Amino acid sequence: MQLSKLVKAMIVAVPVVMLAACSSAPDDTSTTSTDGTTTTGADRRGVESGAADRMLSPEEQRQQRFAELRQEHIIYFDFDTSEVRGEFAELLAAHADYLVRNPSVRVVIEGHTDERGTPEYNIALGERRAQATADYLRNLGVSASQMTTVSYGEEKPLARGSNERAWAQNRRAVLVY
Amino acid sequence: MKMFKQVSQELVQRTALWLVASVVLLAGAIQTAQAQTALEIVITEGQDSARPIAIVPFQFRGEGESPYDFAEIVAADLRRSGRFGPVSRNQLPGTPGKDADIEDYAAWGRLGVEAMLVGEVSRLSDGRYQVTYELIDPLRGQITGGSAQALVDGRLIDSNDHIIEGRSSVVSEPQFRQYSHRISDVVYEALTGERGAFLTRIAYIYVDFDAENPYHLMVSDYDGYNERVLLRSPEPLMSPTWSPDGNKLAYVSFENGRPEIFMQDIYTTSREKLTSFPGINGSPAWSPDGRRMAMVLSKDGAPNIYVMDIESRRLEQITDHWRIDTEPSWTPDGQSLTFTSERGGRAQVYRVDLNSKQIRRVTFEGEANLGGVVTPDGNGLVVVHRANGRFHIGRQDFPSGNLQVLTETSLDESPSVAPNGSMIIYSTTHRDKQVLALVSMDGRFRARLPSREGEVKAPAWSPFL
Repeated sequence: MQLSKLVKAMIVAVPVVMLAACSSAPDDTSTTSTDGTTTTGADRRGVESGAADRMLSPEEQRQQRFAELRQEHIIYFDFDTSEVRGEFAELLAAHADYLVRNPSVRVVIEGHTDERGTPEYNIALGERRAQATADYLRNLGVSASQMTTVSYGEEKPLARGSNERAWAQNRRAVLVY
Repeated sequence: MKMFKQVSQELVQRTALWLVASVVLLAGAIQTAQAQTALEIVITEGQDSARPIAIVPFQFRGEGESPYDFAEIVAADLRRSGRFGPVSRNQLPGTPGKDADIEDYAAWGRLGVEAMLVGEVSRLSDGRYQVTYELIDPLRGQITGGSAQALVDGRLIDSNDHIIEGRSSVVSEPQFRQYSHRISDVVYEALTGERGAFLTRIAYIYVDFDAENPYHLMVSDYDGYNERVLLRSPEPLMSPTWSPDGNKLAYVSFENGRPEIFMQDIYTTSREKLTSFPGINGSPAWSPDGRRMAMVLSKDGAPNIYVMDIESRRLEQITDHWRIDTEPSWTPDGQSLTFTSERGGRAQVYRVDLNSKQIRRVTFEGEANLGGVVTPDGNGLVVVHRANGRFHIGRQDFPSGNLQVLTETSLDESPSVAPNGSMIIYSTTHRDKQVLALVSMDGRFRARLPSREGEVKAPAWSPFL
């Protein structure tokens, strides 16, 4: 008899404990004793229901991912080059997708460099980075009329300091909507 | 930034004109930034080859303390030129104020100095002072006993030929510093045969990233004193360059969200936009005759070199290449430009003849050479030289010759040559900050302008003023 009571109690209690664990707000009226039995304030809690995630369509998943990616507006370059690195393909695809869907949206693409080299040379290099980024987006279908480029060269560093870490952060193109 | 007002001697005559154009930040009051203290001498390899000279403290003929230490400024100027090594004061055998006070020329001769500067200051009325100085050759004085005679028109007269220079002027207190630089010019020219450049200025960009308007266009005396703010902006300012008459600066401003070339009179608020083409508007360089401006524009694609007639705004394209062309700089004859180009792969300096448009490569050594500037005598080219990933200032004979690396600082850029060709001022990185530094044309003397907070860069040495 004792045993069947305990089993019954567990049948009720275990799912409740699991639900409580899933709930974002811990319920402090539910306490678990050391022997594994659970006292539940069943009359106060009532039932709790969980929901499964709705299946997203592939397109919805892509949009969600692109929206996340578009939070990031900066791509980075290697020293003295304006080649768009492969790792930024998805990020730029996300921005391109947005710009193609919203033809009235304009974006300014800023090109920046690290401090090495002369300021004048870096203005030219920064412009090449901005243009390489614009070319990349244009190849993904973005209209040239939506994009303008401006090079700040080494004049607006993101990170200060004369070390490789700062330099890597400063060699960048920034999409400004 | 702590500010205080220090009146520039040179500006005294022009004070009324010094209406500083704080155009971008109109609310900004006219400011005189804190003057730099003396140049910090970091390397003095030149001292053993510098010519010893005695700069004797000027004697004050009046009550109380001397109002100003002229000799200190002169000694600092001469030391900074890299050509002279002033003997320290405690080694001087005396403090004569004029030639007649020198008791023993031999004692001065034993210092090994080729010349000694002595002077006297006496107070006149209204805060004015009589300043008299003589530049003396002690060895000649030792030989003649200070009273040489010479035959002039058949008559024997006192020549005092041991006195190389002697001058006297009435100077008011605010002009003391300027007058000291003038004495330096006289001494330098008397002993080297070259014009001194101690009465010149530098323009540069000062950036204080913590300020609301971080970017400042500045002008100061060549030694960093008497700093003035000509323009403050929330957006970058770049590439100041002097008009040949020393009255104007051209520079690049991003105040409208894009680079544009402006010209500004440094004595009035007058300011004029010269270019606003799509893309790069950069690297302005005034022609020696003052009528044209060389510049970099990328309006048709790649950055190329153009020359604009300033009055008519007529534009002539000088280079046409799909890779980067930038940093035009005039040869002193105004007939050609040097410029940096990547047309051969890495950046190197080229020269283009403005009539024939013929282009010749000028630099070949190292990984890259940028920012070429031809020296005022037309015989040298100063460049930013990159070797093993390091950037140093170098000099080579122009148009061809071996390249000599002049500096050992790091990330050197933006060299600008003094109008007498004796020194180069450039921007370098010291303790993670951009500061200005000087190097003599032979690389033997190097000094650094100590910086306060923020970055100092893009120095441009004025012409003779």
